[in-house]
Amino acid sequence: MADFTLRVNGSEKRVSVSPETPLLWVLRDTMELTGTKFGCGAGFCGACTVHVEGEAIRSCSTPVSQVAGKNVTTIEGLGVNGLHVLQQAWIAEEVPQCGYCQTGQIMTAAALLAKTPHPSDEQITQAMNGNLCRCGTYERIRKAIHRASESAAVPGGAR
Amino acid sequence: MSPLSRREFVAAGVAAGAGLVVGFYLPHGERGSSRAFSPNAYLRITPENRITIVVARSEMGQGVRTALPMILAEELEADWKQIEIEQAGASTLYGDQTTGGSASVRTTWDPMRKAGAAAREMLISAAALTWGVARSSCSAQNGSVVHAASNRKLSYGELAGKAATLPIPSDVTLKQAKDYKIVGQRLARVDTPAKVKGEAGFGIDFRMPGMKHAVLSRCPTIGGKVASFDDKESKRNSGVSYVGKISDAAVAVVADSVWGAMEGRRVLSVNWDDGPNKDLSTAAVMELLKQTAAKKGASLYSVGDVTKAKGRRITAEYQLPFMAHAPMEPGNCTANYSASGCELWAPTQVPQDCRDSVAQAVGLDPDQVKVNVTLMGGGFGRRLEHDYAVEAALVSKAIGGPVKVIWTREDDMRFSTYRPASLHQLSAVLDGAGWPVAFTHRIIAPSISGQKGQPVPGGVDPDLPDEAAFVYGMSNVSIESVIAETPVPLGWMRSVYALQVGFASESFIDELAAAAGKDPLEYRLHMLSKDQDIQYFTTTWHTARMRGVLQLAAEKAGWKKPLPAGRFRGIACFACFSSYMAEVVEISMENGTPRVHRVVAVVDCGQVVNPSILEQQVPGGIVYALTNALRAKITIEKGRVVQGNFDDYAPLRMEETPVVEVYAVPSTEVPTGIGEPSVPPLAPALCNAMYAATKKRIRALPILS
Repeated sequence: MADFTLRVNGSEKRVSVSPETPLLWVLRDTMELTGTKFGCGAGFCGACTVHVEGEAIRSCSTPVSQVAGKNVTTIEGLGVNGLHVLQQAWIAEEVPQCGYCQTGQIMTAAALLAKTPHPSDEQITQAMNGNLCRCGTYERIRKAIHRASESAAVPGGAR
Repeated sequence: MSPLSRREFVAAGVAAGAGLVVGFYLPHGERGSSRAFSPNAYLRITPENRITIVVARSEMGQGVRTALPMILAEELEADWKQIEIEQAGASTLYGDQTTGGSASVRTTWDPMRKAGAAAREMLISAAALTWGVARSSCSAQNGSVVHAASNRKLSYGELAGKAATLPIPSDVTLKQAKDYKIVGQRLARVDTPAKVKGEAGFGIDFRMPGMKHAVLSRCPTIGGKVASFDDKESKRNSGVSYVGKISDAAVAVVADSVWGAMEGRRVLSVNWDDGPNKDLSTAAVMELLKQTAAKKGASLYSVGDVTKAKGRRITAEYQLPFMAHAPMEPGNCTANYSASGCELWAPTQVPQDCRDSVAQAVGLDPDQVKVNVTLMGGGFGRRLEHDYAVEAALVSKAIGGPVKVIWTREDDMRFSTYRPASLHQLSAVLDGAGWPVAFTHRIIAPSISGQKGQPVPGGVDPDLPDEAAFVYGMSNVSIESVIAETPVPLGWMRSVYALQVGFASESFIDELAAAAGKDPLEYRLHMLSKDQDIQYFTTTWHTARMRGVLQLAAEKAGWKKPLPAGRFRGIACFACFSSYMAEVVEISMENGTPRVHRVVAVVDCGQVVNPSILEQQVPGGIVYALTNALRAKITIEKGRVVQGNFDDYAPLRMEETPVVEVYAVPSTEVPTGIGEPSVPPLAPALCNAMYAATKKRIRALPILS
């Protein structure tokens, strides 16, 4: 056991866990932020995607010790004032079916739009290819990313 | 009484043998005792004008929490924006609550419509009585009853109290399709906003005070047992509070956190008694299927006499592997056991089976087990099992407190119940012009129901009647089922046997067309040219409807138009779950591997309740089917499942996903299945396209094995 301080969705959180505990379980179990999902535990599916210092990472494969003192953003903190433009686009395009993977999809897409506000189809595929969806919503995900990138909220990049 | 206890009261009436639809109507004297108007178990209207519709099927992404209430709201003449949705747990009020077989809409269509219509008529009567006017001068509109002549209007909430005192009409007139305002509309799903915010409550997200977390170490060899275990290292892990054998084949590790339980399991030492299957392999299973093929089968469908047909005989064998559902949310369930009862929070397609199985496992009566149904991160049939629920209840009983059991991805892959491997022997006789005059299909596969000890009447797995129809008009046809035995755990996976049957049958039809030198579309249309009803178990199939989807698919795909160089097409059609489906797949070949660019999918599933949901389900089924066709294969070596995660059992990703165009044949027929019918035609259409490209026939899945 060791103490770690993380900055999660803008507020400081202290946790006391073993250093190798994956960030995923610290978020879900310790902080009760269950929007981040467990899918494979090995970085293959992307359901656990969160941002650390703005980069999309796999929280299931990231020990908490590596993110101590860093800024972590989860789906719960993505939209600063209301829904993030991607969440709005996801609703408009009716992307989710079961919905389990969608928070991870949105977090990956948000990291993409932050760097590439107007991605091409190819850039979308490249960015999103690590996120699995067993309901097969990929084409609607693509549409939703395009829709978000075309909305007025994006020019400065995604939040 | 509260609305809930009133509904429970009705349970007694249903248990006494009353029918499904009228059975849950409340006895007359009881209804006036509450201020809420609840003429049946599906609907509750309070004087505050809160209108709640209860969904008695499980939401796993297929949209039942939206589609089923739409059906009731239509007849109720409700204001859709006002409707609140409540998820039913395991109950005795709704008949069989199993969510599967693409059956939710088709089995609740009538009860939900009648429930809404009865309430509507009672609300109209209540208004007429209130105003002292003729019933016929009142009408229900958008959540109110109006009296146009006097320009008066009362909301359903305002009428609830009086409506609750009125007799329930024994017969109600249902609306005609032309008057639908809600059914057939592209209404937004009610569950979308919570899902994009991360607020949706999946089973794995449930928590309660004092809850522990558990993972189980299960015997990796099929049918094996725990011989002994040593928990010293596990208990050295901080937070591990319990390690114990909870069944013949599993040891549970319980901790304060999921990670603690996983770490505890990692260092747990278990000696396994591998049991009778320690040498089992997939190769042996396939060999057994070949041997079983010599046995006499049970007839599924027979016309004329295939042995008497004369002409050119063509034969082929097809085979398919075991496959795993692999839903994104791994198995889990939370249980809180006490001596007086057990409550479960289960992502399940079978709440009633969970209730009954848990009751038996922990020694309670079924009515002492309460099952709450959570959202599911995919089901695809995996959650038609009750294993996760029984495990959670057993662990909860062992530790004397609430616990959530979580499966890892490896647990999900290695301890699943698998789509049965199968062997298919096909033969046909072609006349001088190349048209088939006889068609024989022998399906050699283990029975899922049979393995679970459920009835297999006449040697026919009860799923086959929904999933192995042959909707071509032909003078001599024989479809047979031969049941093989295997110890490999079997389960119902999206489209179940229709995937195997459709792949073999529709690939073979393509072989026949090729042998006859005819266009595969024209070849099929020829066999569908005569309008014919085909009686198959309890379903009557119509060649005209199959022809309809095939023609529309060909038209939308531009079947007759030439393709650019390097592009190839394949076509297939299949009927299952009472729906008709045709698909045209367009591919190119890259280094011997097919790349699917476009799929045109046409379905005839009768009245479409929500086109937007249909347009999710069909491409979803196609992406699922493309994984099955290309790569999905569970292999067994030394009695153990080889695959473990999404690296060696690799679902389709965005880069391989084709554009899917979906069309539904306009229809006002009774709605039929939509969750599964898009799955079966994909693999044969794809393999038929590969034949067009390479002149090589794929007779075994997966393609990339």
